[in-house]
Amino acid sequence: MSMTRSEQPERTAHQSHRTTAVVSAASVRRMRALARAELTLLVRSRTALWVALLMPLMMVLATYSATEEMDLSEAGLSQGEAVLTGGVGMVLLVVIYLNLVPALVTRREERVLKRLRTGEIADSEILMGTALPTVTVALVQCLVLVVAGTALLDVSAPGSPVVLLAGIALGVAVLVLLAVLTAGLTKTVDSAQITTTPMLLVCAVGSGLFIPLEIFPDAMTEICRTLPLTAPVELIRHGWIGGLDGTELASAGALSLAWVVAGVFAVRRWFRWDPRQ
Amino acid sequence: MDTAIEVQGLRRSYAGRGSESGYEAVRGLDFSVRQGEVFALLGTNGAGKTSTVELLEGLAPPTSGQIRILGLDPFHDRAVVRPWIGIMLQEGGLPSELTALETARMWAGCTTDARPPEEALALVGLEGRADVRAKQLSGGERRRLDFALALTGRPRVLFLDEPTTGLDPQARRTTWELVRSLRDEGTTIVLTTHYLEEAEALADRLAIMTEGRITVSGTPEEVMAARPSRIRFLLPPGLAPAQLPLSLPAAVHDRQVEIRTQDLQTTLTELLLWARAQGVVLEALDARSASLEEVFLEIAGEQNELKRHAAAVQGGEAA
Repeated sequence: MSMTRSEQPERTAHQSHRTTAVVSAASVRRMRALARAELTLLVRSRTALWVALLMPLMMVLATYSATEEMDLSEAGLSQGEAVLTGGVGMVLLVVIYLNLVPALVTRREERVLKRLRTGEIADSEILMGTALPTVTVALVQCLVLVVAGTALLDVSAPGSPVVLLAGIALGVAVLVLLAVLTAGLTKTVDSAQITTTPMLLVCAVGSGLFIPLEIFPDAMTEICRTLPLTAPVELIRHGWIGGLDGTELASAGALSLAWVVAGVFAVRRWFRWDPRQ
Repeated sequence: MDTAIEVQGLRRSYAGRGSESGYEAVRGLDFSVRQGEVFALLGTNGAGKTSTVELLEGLAPPTSGQIRILGLDPFHDRAVVRPWIGIMLQEGGLPSELTALETARMWAGCTTDARPPEEALALVGLEGRADVRAKQLSGGERRRLDFALALTGRPRVLFLDEPTTGLDPQARRTTWELVRSLRDEGTTIVLTTHYLEEAEALADRLAIMTEGRITVSGTPEEVMAARPSRIRFLLPPGLAPAQLPLSLPAAVHDRQVEIRTQDLQTTLTELLLWARAQGVVLEALDARSASLEEVFLEIAGEQNELKRHAAAVQGGEAA
């Protein structure tokens, strides 16, 4: 079919090389190139740096002092355990969600996303490459929490690291997808402060980060259990200090995955690549 | 054999919102572009140029019709086609806080068999501005950086949507030189532009679009030759229009005489011989072949006429 192929055999070899053999390696290379640019942009934005580095630290410290008065015995957690396991979720929420929404809106309004889509990079690679720097920053802070908590706060080392990591991975996926969807609803970078607030509050209060869901009325508790970030937080907490039986573990995993699948579907359906203004 | 782009029966409709009816921006295009050719797509705003180019680039699927870029479907075979084509959109897309070099490096990292970013910048004469952030570049420099990105993958087919808008005359010449040298290396180039002298200077073949259709196409010479040349002068004082040579189809407004002719040399000779015989001076004498600009304006004018006529009949045909 292609005239090019018959005419230029040496480039044909090249062409199949381009499309099949090294798809994943090329994909990684493209995302790395985009992530590097995105990291440069993150470092150059004072607001983004503040949200990525100082805000999560302050929020974890603030909750630590706030939970001093709280009776956590019902949830069966010590103060250190509650703050640290919730802190991992909080860091993911603040760093990923609050950074990625304005970043994506800015790129979209500057037509960067549209321009990127004219190149070889795939849509999913654009989103993942853009998210990579903030996700990395968030993961490094999670690591700091785990190490510092284990070493300084007399919290035991994670009991099931695999579950902990799975919880973190699912939490990252859910939050990246939520950020992409929120960016789709956000017209300007300024309005990102408003559009991110509802999901931020809902996740911070209703996902069991610091406030045990059992203290809510029953109906509320049930609703909160299905929120996107609740199941990943449960997995993180269980991975660190236990508390779930096998069925609960499986259902938390399944619920997280369901949110990821729904998120991917919604992003494909509703994300806007072209400027809204 | 050497066809780089083949377009058949191309149509593109945009869905209407709510009660609004949809809009058909591209209404049945057929054309082809040979390898190593510069093909210019001209038209007034809203003629459907960008809608067409977006389809050629594979950014959207056509509503109907077929496109082949290097023998492949640019939308469905996107992953295979993209490494072979370079695209410059009508408007920017550069992160404002990245420098020219950082932007070129990012693009190179996303491109197969890429030119080194420094080389891409040098091609468009931006090597001296490598460390300047996009927001501090002039509009013309941003355009050239965008061009550098389009050239990063050593494309065989290059799409340039108004590449010289905002460039000063010097930079525009440099871009023209670059387009010519790319063409000489065998790159196929599809160009849209508002500047008709640009199309005249660069295009091997061109098409003028009006309302989603190609109304005129061919080499610039063919397109211009199809339109009459024009002779103008002031009617000599004391002479009545009726005294002009009858063989010349002249239109006279006040003293301004305009003659349109397909054969400029013969008509002009006849006019000058007549003037000598009469012993009259033809003030403000001006004779010229149709320029691309005149052809363009004439087509746009005809289209406006048609539109005015059609407006009355519109109701029934809207669907």
